[in-house]
Amino acid sequence: MSTIQTEGTEEVHPDVLLVNQARAGDVSAFEKLVRQYDRQVFRIAQHITQNREDAEDVVQDAFLKAYEKLEQFQGNSKFYTWLVRIAVNESLMRLRKRRTGRMVSIDEDVETEEGSMPRDLADWGPDPEQQYGQSEMAEILRKTVQGLPPGFRVVFVLRDVEGLSTEETAETLGLSIPAVKSRLLRARLQLRERLNRYFRDRNKDGAK
Amino acid sequence: MTCSEFLAQLDDLMDNNVTVTMRADLEAHLKGCEHCVITLNTTRKTIEIYRKHEIYELPNDLRDRLQKAILSKCRNC
Repeated sequence: MSTIQTEGTEEVHPDVLLVNQARAGDVSAFEKLVRQYDRQVFRIAQHITQNREDAEDVVQDAFLKAYEKLEQFQGNSKFYTWLVRIAVNESLMRLRKRRTGRMVSIDEDVETEEGSMPRDLADWGPDPEQQYGQSEMAEILRKTVQGLPPGFRVVFVLRDVEGLSTEETAETLGLSIPAVKSRLLRARLQLRERLNRYFRDRNKDGAK
Repeated sequence: MTCSEFLAQLDDLMDNNVTVTMRADLEAHLKGCEHCVITLNTTRKTIEIYRKHEIYELPNDLRDRLQKAILSKCRNC
């Protein structure tokens, strides 16, 4: 559905058409790409930098860089994943600038007991979010994901929230596929464990 | 199959990335293990909730600023 059939049997992603138009000088084609992906780029930048001002700068720098380097974009990867790679690099650069002297790494593996074997057995109701208002829910989710080690958080966000494949996530972060898989599992389990405090079915187990 | 062995396959199960034989083994484990049923359900729900909620909304003025910045780099405009 998201592809356009060309004369042959080859399918061209609509983004590639927009990239080609932008390369030919049509700036409005690039603006369409911006509107399509600015939310995602902002979210990724915010998740990595944890700072709104930095995230805004990253969005601007990432799109400008993409625009300037459009000639270097190879049609064999998706425009979106190419853009995400630029945004991740810009975000890490910002983070390092802000935290000079402190170790900032998404490469190191964190050994943690949490996220190995789930301990709390309570099930959640069918719609566990309904007990919270929209903004309260967003705050819970922000707080919970911010508590993950940065290397787990970025894998979870790219893979589960922004929809990159395991392979694309590995390539974007310069990690091996097994490393992405192991971080993803632990990130998912840690988030589950932490959200459990908010969502466990109170009617069933009588917890506070 | 132990719970640890089940857990090692959890992601592949959720991502629909397991062989028919493995799936059958995992389902057999689930039949007798409420712990893993709950783990599977709530982990799925965790991902779903994160996908559904926009926790960082794009600031309103950022799009305008971005558009101006791009136009300033445009050679043909």
